[in-house]
Amino acid sequence: MSTPQETLATRFDERGFFRRLSWFDWSWAAAFLVGTVYASVHFAQWMDGYEQAILYLSWVMLVAVGWMWKPARAFSIVVALLTLFAVSRYPDLQAAQNDFFLNYLLSSQSAIMWICALFPAAMVVYFAGLIANSPFMGKLGSAFTWAASGAGFIGLLVRWWESYLISPDVGRIPVTNLYEVFVLFAMTTGLIYLYYEYRYRTRALGGFVGIIITASIGFLLWYHFDRQAHEIDPLIPALQSWWMKIHVPTNFVAYGAFAISAMIGVAYLVQARFSDAWKRRGLPSAEVMDDLMYKNVALGFAFFTVATILGAFWAADAWGGYWSWDPKETWSLITWLNYAAWLHLRFTKGWRGTPMAWWAVIGLFIVTFTFLGVNIFLSGLHSYGEL
Amino acid sequence: MSTVPANAESIRAGRRSRRSTASILVGFLGSMNLAITLLVVIAIASVIGTVLQQNQPFQDYLIKFGPFWFNIFERLSLYDVYAAPWYLLILAFLVVSTSICLARNTPNMLKEMNRFREHQQERSLRAFSNHREWQTDLPTEEVEALATRALKRNGYRIRRKEHGDALLLAGMTGSSNRIGYILTHLSIVVICVGGLIDGNLMLKFREWSGDLVVETRDIPVSRIGAESRVSAGAAAFRGTVNIPEGGRAGVVFLPLRDGYVVQELPFTIELEEFRVEHHDTGEPRLFESDVVITAPELEEPIRQTIAVNHPLIYNGYAIYQSGFGDGGSRLYMRAWPLAGDDRAAYELEGRVLRDDLELEVAGQSLRLELTEFETFNARRVPGVPGSREVENLGPRFEYRLRAADGTAREFRNYMRPVTIDDRRYFLSGVRSSPAEEFRFLHLPADADDSPELFMAFLDALTSEERLREASMRAAADAMDDFGLTDRSLIPQVAASGRELVQRLLDEGFGSVMEHLRQRIAEAGGVDDSQETLVMFSRMVMERTLWEAYRDALAATGDDPQRELGGSDQVFFQDAISAMPAIKAYGAPVFLQLRDYDHRQASGLQIARAPGQNVVYLGFALLVGGIFLLFYVSHRRMWCWIRRHDTGTMVLLAGTNQRDPLGFAGQYRALADEIDHRLQDASAPVRGNNEVEGL
Repeated sequence: MSTPQETLATRFDERGFFRRLSWFDWSWAAAFLVGTVYASVHFAQWMDGYEQAILYLSWVMLVAVGWMWKPARAFSIVVALLTLFAVSRYPDLQAAQNDFFLNYLLSSQSAIMWICALFPAAMVVYFAGLIANSPFMGKLGSAFTWAASGAGFIGLLVRWWESYLISPDVGRIPVTNLYEVFVLFAMTTGLIYLYYEYRYRTRALGGFVGIIITASIGFLLWYHFDRQAHEIDPLIPALQSWWMKIHVPTNFVAYGAFAISAMIGVAYLVQARFSDAWKRRGLPSAEVMDDLMYKNVALGFAFFTVATILGAFWAADAWGGYWSWDPKETWSLITWLNYAAWLHLRFTKGWRGTPMAWWAVIGLFIVTFTFLGVNIFLSGLHSYGEL
Repeated sequence: MSTVPANAESIRAGRRSRRSTASILVGFLGSMNLAITLLVVIAIASVIGTVLQQNQPFQDYLIKFGPFWFNIFERLSLYDVYAAPWYLLILAFLVVSTSICLARNTPNMLKEMNRFREHQQERSLRAFSNHREWQTDLPTEEVEALATRALKRNGYRIRRKEHGDALLLAGMTGSSNRIGYILTHLSIVVICVGGLIDGNLMLKFREWSGDLVVETRDIPVSRIGAESRVSAGAAAFRGTVNIPEGGRAGVVFLPLRDGYVVQELPFTIELEEFRVEHHDTGEPRLFESDVVITAPELEEPIRQTIAVNHPLIYNGYAIYQSGFGDGGSRLYMRAWPLAGDDRAAYELEGRVLRDDLELEVAGQSLRLELTEFETFNARRVPGVPGSREVENLGPRFEYRLRAADGTAREFRNYMRPVTIDDRRYFLSGVRSSPAEEFRFLHLPADADDSPELFMAFLDALTSEERLREASMRAAADAMDDFGLTDRSLIPQVAASGRELVQRLLDEGFGSVMEHLRQRIAEAGGVDDSQETLVMFSRMVMERTLWEAYRDALAATGDDPQRELGGSDQVFFQDAISAMPAIKAYGAPVFLQLRDYDHRQASGLQIARAPGQNVVYLGFALLVGGIFLLFYVSHRRMWCWIRRHDTGTMVLLAGTNQRDPLGFAGQYRALADEIDHRLQDASAPVRGNNEVEGL
């Protein structure tokens, strides 16, 4: 049934993956390589061999992501340029108050406040788009989510710079306490969601994912205003390690993916309960949601496994053994076992649909306990994440 | 974990009656239901150890749960749940279950990787949900060539099979997905085995069989018997040892049940120096130890600095910086008696955690146990809200004073006076058990930053003789001021003043005022002379205090008749406020730290984990396996090419188990590609019968 027009549109491309990359793909990757080399030379005195390796590795990861998910290229350019602009106007901490751009947009505190505004706004707009069946609102939701994730990225990068402005002694990657990782969580969850939005060409789930991000923003605001947690404190010796740079972000990719799977589970259950009302609104079919749920659990599980293993390596360096049955470790194992059981049921028993959606939602509670509850209720080696 | 096709299951069901017990058992152990149940059970059981703090002193558990539950929990090994027999048994079940699945499925999986299913028939291919058909004029050879090209370009391996007048290209890709299954499940077994090697199961077994005796006493290593020692060997262990600066150790202590055993090392480790550095915020920035390893096999000792996150690995032994403490600092103290007849201060000297000193104060004999000494004590500067400025309060030490009946109070004293609201105080914290917070006594420091004046003042107020003299002088003075000339009243007036002083010392100024108010009220408020008398008593009290203060000045070598200024006033007020607290202080002596020789100790953790590389291998298998499982999709395509009278029929069918949605797209792309290739290679395709579904 292929008409000539379609034939042209979907004509196969015999070139391999690399041949298919455009000049923009290459120059984008090259530009970031230049930036990476510059950073590795310019900041050499602050980095050891491992950190240099991590720097180059992150370039490889960025390029891989950008080549497979094209919008990531423009995103990375905007984030990089704005971050460089912020840093160029930031000779000392005083500038955060005096400089217009830093004060209102780009200092880490301002950027993080923008996240706190943009993510909840994105949720509202996504839901409005879903209920009013308005594609424009959906697009606006995407725009807000992109902007919020960008602000998160910039906020953390600028905060990294700020920590060195306080004192080179204090300088460290800003993923070391509960405040910073909440920004990281909101940002990674937003980006992973955007990836699936792009892949599955649906904006209908944005509001549901927005719920969990907005909840984390609520916590972030409380933590900021009630506990003054936004202050940059120096690191205790146990955390002064390059493992931090890979262990924590890997973990938060996993947490983000698990959170998305749970929120899609919620959407699934809502649709199953009120199917007529919601299907007309353009929620994806049960099959697609089920598939998305699986994709996110799988992504989360893979990254969670890697993160836990990286944690074990770090523990072997810092605590004298790769496994100490510390509450955080044990709850990681519990989380891992939970999703392992989920995946086994899906793979081998062929379970789908409502029970798996419920389970994904329950899984998020277990993840939340691992992420937050352990720090609040239990004491152990990971106690620096305390409230 | 079992992926046996349904028909195989039914065949097996038919034979069920003839199955042996062993095969039923293997079937049960390798079943998916058991595996999932085990995953969930382990997850739930693991919660216990996070809720109940593990490996604490048994005494703590006993206090927490009471004898009844303490015993039950101990029976269930809940204090070390991850080494409990029942927990290990569940883990063992998981390993067995996984191993059986692996053993049962691996041969099949490996075969499957090279099984192209090239015996499919045209009819069965049409039954696939993903299939499409073309009619073309091209010769079969050409169709075969282009189909082969398209399949190969998409990563399919191809097996070619002729079926009479038809030809089947059976394609397959992503068979390493099957490897993913094998790797992940193998990794679980490998990790568990590695973990078992590194666990302390052997130690527990030796303890259980009576070969090893747990030591519970706090005694020097030299006195610990051979029955509580583990000789250096290849086995795994993880223990700790504290080494003072300049000291050395050849053993570590392994916690076991309610005590420990001693693990001998094939080397000795000496601590040359331990360092702590702090950030401006008072948080520690760095802990590091300069250590020297000497061993018979070493020609030159190894010298290295270890720090948190930077352990020293020697010969399979990993040496970590894990803690610090005092290594027997020598403290030079001055003891200030707070009661009794002999109030002369005297000097004391002792080492932290090493020496116990006997004190005789006010007829009481006390044992002094020096428990802690720290030179750096940061605290947030109080007053400014939101300020994060910190100050170093300087050295402090802690000690216990143990009475003859065994009861003890703990004290925490700062060496230098601490400035609070521009006044300077010696702080001495006291508590009667470690569970309590310290309550601090604030002793005002005099102009020389010494507690001497306060002590002299206290002495003047609490020695009966001197207080009497002071009160007589005060009474005489006061009467002069009031124009009372009856000298015989002096002792009576003085006594009432002393009574108030006593009340002040015992209960504080508030109580004195309350008492005076009451006396006025009792008089009914009508009799002015009574009120005057009360005010007069108060004046006598105050003058008595000031007389005592002048006595104290004299005792410290100051001029008692000098003009008293504002600073005297402030000191006087603070001293009076501190007086009632002396009673609650609970010790007849205040220890002032005068000087010290600092000697630190480093807490080292030394571990040997021969299973570590096994576990790490398991990690590698696990990560590799997971990515193969999730991100390599096992797909099959069949291209059926049949020559018939009017041309060639092409049928493309495909299937994939895990990801039907994703595969539908991939199938469509491949079918479109073949469509284009057919079009490119020939005149317009005749007829195109597409049947497509999800």
